[in-house]
Amino acid sequence: MISYFTIFIGAVFVNNIILTQFLGICPFMGVSKRISTALGMGMAVMFVMTLSTLITHILYYSYLKPNGLDFMMTVSFILVIASTVQMVEIIVKKTSPILYQALGIFLPLITTNCAVLGIAIITIQKNYTLMASLWYAFSSAVGFTLATVIFAGIRERMALNQIPQSLQGTPIALITAGLISMAFMGFAGIIH
Amino acid sequence: MKQQSLENLTRGIIRENPIFVMMLGMCPTLGVTTSAINGVGMGTATLFTLILSNFMISLVKNIIPETVRIPCYIVIIASFVTIIDLLMQAYLPELHLALGIYIPLIVVNCIILGRAEAFASKNSVLQSIYDGIGMGCGFLLALTLLGSLRELLGNGTLFGWDLFGEHITPMLIFIMPPGAFLALAAIILTVNKLRRNRQ
Repeated sequence: MISYFTIFIGAVFVNNIILTQFLGICPFMGVSKRISTALGMGMAVMFVMTLSTLITHILYYSYLKPNGLDFMMTVSFILVIASTVQMVEIIVKKTSPILYQALGIFLPLITTNCAVLGIAIITIQKNYTLMASLWYAFSSAVGFTLATVIFAGIRERMALNQIPQSLQGTPIALITAGLISMAFMGFAGIIH
Repeated sequence: MKQQSLENLTRGIIRENPIFVMMLGMCPTLGVTTSAINGVGMGTATLFTLILSNFMISLVKNIIPETVRIPCYIVIIASFVTIIDLLMQAYLPELHLALGIYIPLIVVNCIILGRAEAFASKNSVLQSIYDGIGMGCGFLLALTLLGSLRELLGNGTLFGWDLFGEHITPMLIFIMPPGAFLALAAIILTVNKLRRNRQ
């Protein structure tokens, strides 16, 4: 029996979704130039990831599995995620303009965020219960936010530094990510 | 016309390489390249998906209404990924296990949707297939290179062959997650340097 605390520590620190599982690298590199945008993206991912895991989990155990349609998992999950994102965007736009201003621009980007589909599939592979799946999705999103915000903080400062010409842009960003990942390796062994 | 075909076929391999130049599809690139053979496996799976989806999308591009084209593309891509997933599970079970979660995630690989939107939805079937082959080979090449580098530095082997014997202790960090970032940074740095020198 895995406790919820273990799932949380595992997903945030030990098996961080970006730094050890490499899911969601595109937004990690793309929107992490400033801390405020990184936080906004993190919140949007948290919301969408938990919601879509809820829907895919119910879909899988109430429809796909009893009907022997396991192999349709990828197709149906990506459709569910894409339409969930669209629906969330429409609902947020109508009901809460403030929230829409904060999250709006990030929502379309999330459809192609492999972390959302990845987490939905991982929770099925790990045979988590519904509550554990939701908690795992939420924790992973916290891990995503943590890594992105740390990365954005370093990049904000790096913008002021002189960087050799060939290293500018992607190479220095990758080296930074590598160093953060190394730091996170220190958490390995807390749980097993 | 022949010139154009050749251009479409070779463009993706070096000059517009999806990984080194356009920085698309980073997740599988970093995630699976702990060994050269994994890189080849993932690259080949993506190559086939890309050719098939480019072919199919350019075939049906006039039937799909403009407003719902992205969901349609995603369903087409996801169907091909499922077929390849099942084929690999049946014939290459070891590789399937090693690549794990990254096979279904080919669906959300930005390269495939990117080529569908940027190329296959506007060009003829044959040209789209050429484009798929070119871009897919570029991706395969990049993954093989990164996988070989990481395996060589991190494990002292190449495609499973021991190259150094007992003399050199491999740098284990390169087959662990941080090594993925560092090795890719080194390759992109070299590519940038070479491109600058040529200009």
